[in-house]
Amino acid sequence: MLDATQDGYTTADGRKIGGVVMEMKNITLRFGGVVAIKDISFDIREGEIRAIIGPNGAGKSSMLNVISGFYVPQEGEVLYKGKPRPQMKPYQVARQGIARTFQNIALFEGMTVLDNVMTGRLNKMKTNMFQQGLWKGAAEREEVENREVVEKVIDFLEIQNIRKTPVARLPYGLKKRVELARALAAEPSLLLLDEPMAGMNVEEKEDMSRFILDVNDEFGTTIALIEHDMGVVMDLSDRVVVMDYGKKIGDGTPDEVRSNQDVIDAYLGVAHD
Amino acid sequence: MFYREAGDFKTSYVDDNQTFPIKFDRWRYYAVLFVAFCVVPFFINDYWANAIFLPFLIYAIAAIGLNILVGYCGQVSLGTGGFMAVGAYATYKLMTSFPDVNLFFHIIIAGGITAIVGVLFGLPSLRIKGFYLAVATLAAQFFLVWLFNRVPWFYNYSASGQINAPERTLFGHAISGPASEPWAVYLFCLVFTVGSAILARNLTRGTQGRKWMAIRDMDIAAEIIGVNPLVSKLTAFAVSSFFVGIAGALFFAVYLGAVEVGEVYGINKSFLVLFMIIIGGLGSIFGSFAGAAFLVLLPVLLKNLLVGTLGWPTDLAAHLELMIVGLLIIVFLIAEPHGLAQLWRVTKEKLRLWPFPH
Repeated sequence: MLDATQDGYTTADGRKIGGVVMEMKNITLRFGGVVAIKDISFDIREGEIRAIIGPNGAGKSSMLNVISGFYVPQEGEVLYKGKPRPQMKPYQVARQGIARTFQNIALFEGMTVLDNVMTGRLNKMKTNMFQQGLWKGAAEREEVENREVVEKVIDFLEIQNIRKTPVARLPYGLKKRVELARALAAEPSLLLLDEPMAGMNVEEKEDMSRFILDVNDEFGTTIALIEHDMGVVMDLSDRVVVMDYGKKIGDGTPDEVRSNQDVIDAYLGVAHD
Repeated sequence: MFYREAGDFKTSYVDDNQTFPIKFDRWRYYAVLFVAFCVVPFFINDYWANAIFLPFLIYAIAAIGLNILVGYCGQVSLGTGGFMAVGAYATYKLMTSFPDVNLFFHIIIAGGITAIVGVLFGLPSLRIKGFYLAVATLAAQFFLVWLFNRVPWFYNYSASGQINAPERTLFGHAISGPASEPWAVYLFCLVFTVGSAILARNLTRGTQGRKWMAIRDMDIAAEIIGVNPLVSKLTAFAVSSFFVGIAGALFFAVYLGAVEVGEVYGINKSFLVLFMIIIGGLGSIFGSFAGAAFLVLLPVLLKNLLVGTLGWPTDLAAHLELMIVGLLIIVFLIAEPHGLAQLWRVTKEKLRLWPFPH
């Protein structure tokens, strides 16, 4: 059982999990008459891998969009680093240190891998257009500094050999990895992964799982992910939120969730009598 | 065989970021610059300047400008002619109001004024995309030409409605007006062209270029990683219009000398520059040059061939010329939809391995 105090807890494998990074309080999200999320509360703690699972149409992606600020819930409150988040545009959310990947890859197809990953650093760039037009001096220095960070990420995700390849030429699995690289390049305090293993074979899934664990381990990045593959989720995550029809039906460690009767019913179906 | 990357190791990111990473390319670039600055001016005459070099250099600037907007930022514009007119009329007003200031600065300021106008007409791009934006910029084209035709203040109430460039000198040599010297005008334009190309290259290879390309490739994802779409699109309009304005200013002040806005800066000009970047290659500075060269040189070449060599009547040649240019455009686009720049890139990739491709 977790000791979910304000100060965090220690996981089964001995990692220290810190305080609350993001807290969702009684979130309700509607699209017209459709209620996508109904009165859900949970938190994401520093350094943990938090999974959101649920059957199709449960509202997982909507939840991730609420966290990333793309959707604004009608009711409830999103607290980021203890402060209520005002309504803001998606690009402002990114500047707060939240990076994400997409279920359907959202890379910039016309650019090389390197350029794509460099876009992840956009928010760290301080030079103005005139300095960049001159190039020599501040702009070049900044480019090189950020390139060094990006190259670390590229090394880390083992995509060195394709750094100058246009993204459009890459296979699916690699694109997913490049997208993760772009998100990591931003050095986010919260990383959102929308189905990072969708459409992958077993080998690619294993690779991706390893990368996610490594990212969490080496950079201490807080990760929230949505995933369908139960085996993967149970192995990776520290805590799991289970959603069904927009409601939260379970929340806890993988073991707790696995033995939760509501969760079993949602996934395996239940005999109505 | 000498065109090789092998053995040419980069040991710093500065080296890796340079425009011409291959040694041979770099030397060729220096050679072209040397010929352009130190050889051509000694041999240039009126015909070569007016038929080939000046239009090529000026259209290259306009193409670079439009390429930033269309090729890099993905915002289609049909207002190029109108923006060139802004540059031209701004220069005219500046030349006549402040005759003591050098023309060089007038042209830069005219570019700045065009940038502001460009931002104004770029505002609709925040709401509309693609074809609809093209139509919105078409409005800019027609409105600006109408404005310069109808408001006498812009052409200093001259009876003909034309604007004429008065004579201006730079280091004692006339660069505008009837007595201008071809080599001086050529060098004047060359400086602007090379400067524009370097500036555009620097902007597009760094942060700003990535923002533009991110907006072009997927605007929603760009916004989520932190690109402000409003600012990025408007800077693209500003920078693009700046170059286009300079091109328009040069076109009037040092190339034509006298301009009637509807004829020179009409919708035809917008299409011509758009064709240049489509044929040359969207999203490529080299493509802007290639496209400008193609559409400026091809008619001249055909004319010389048909009239000069084959001895056909001029009017027949003029009509055939249009057909042949049109046909070649289609052939080129079918053969390589990504333009001459892509053709060049493929050639280079093959050259790297030549003569042992395996």
